[in-house]
Amino acid sequence: MNNEMHLQFPAKSINESFARLVIIGFIAPLDPNAQELNEIKTIVSEGVTNAIIHGYEDNEDGIIDVKAVLVGRRLRVTIQDFGKGIENIELAKQPLYTTKQEEERSGLGFMIMESFSDQFEVHSEVGVGTIVSFEKEFLPLDSSAQ
Amino acid sequence: MSITVSLYVENHVLYVNLNGELDHHTSDQLRSRLNTVMGESQIKHIVFNLKHLDFMDSSGIGIILGRYNQLKSMNGTVMVIGMKPLVSKVFELSGLSKIIKVIEDDSQLESAIRGIA
Ligand SMILES: Nc1ncnc2c1ncn2[C@@H]1O[C@H](COP(=O)(O)OP(=O)(O)OP(=O)(O)O)[C@@H](O)[C@H]1O
Ligand SMILES: [Mg+2]
Repeated sequence: MNNEMHLQFPAKSINESFARLVIIGFIAPLDPNAQELNEIKTIVSEGVTNAIIHGYEDNEDGIIDVKAVLVGRRLRVTIQDFGKGIENIELAKQPLYTTKQEEERSGLGFMIMESFSDQFEVHSEVGVGTIVSFEKEFLPLDSSAQ
Repeated sequence: MSITVSLYVENHVLYVNLNGELDHHTSDQLRSRLNTVMGESQIKHIVFNLKHLDFMDSSGIGIILGRYNQLKSMNGTVMVIGMKPLVSKVFELSGLSKIIKVIEDDSQLESAIRGIA
């Protein structure tokens, strides 16, 4: 099945669960197993949260843009913000690296996103914004019982 | 999706029951509830009951780790009980299980509480 969607919403933390619900709804026709669903939810949640707290630094006027494309059983998602950007992406991706320690961030988001996806990329430009994208292939239906 | 938090204190142990999803939005709500209780009563240990928690991301890790760091300085502990498998995956991935005691069910809780009291 091929399909696509495009979602835009303001950078309000209440929209984290909204974004999770949308992506779950989008992939529902593939009948993913519980683990796949949870991994997709988690990656999207991490990406949207990062856009809100780091990209826009809690300025709720910011816009977050989520696009998803489905080709067969392969999902590709991009999460984009037009916020402050990341100076050093390699450093930012290091587990436990965080610029918001005082807000009880632990620097695990990128590591979790990377390990839950088949392919994971971060593009960013300071003062322009950040795009994170990931791909994930869902197991064929007959093996989805694990 | 939201979170329902119920709290109760007994012998300086704060029991935190979470129902729903723990993300950045709901962890801010939880944090302020915890801060209020910890300001009002003397809390030495915290037990997070995650039996009814359906989702948790790095924000949940942050709040549990934050309470651990807060209590560590006074020799307190944080325990987590009843994690569902999907929640425990993020927990394991983050390395939290190395420093925070994970309890399977209520039968182990009693002896664990006796151990710290
Ligand atoms: N969208 C973004 N815009 C700007 N900076 C970002 C963005 N996403 C991540 N970063 C930077 O990369 C760092 C690492 O991100 P990561 O999600 O791994 O950890 P964290 O958000 O700090 O903590 P956690 O995800 O564990 O709560 C952040 O601290 C921040 O400096
Ligand atoms: Mg993060």
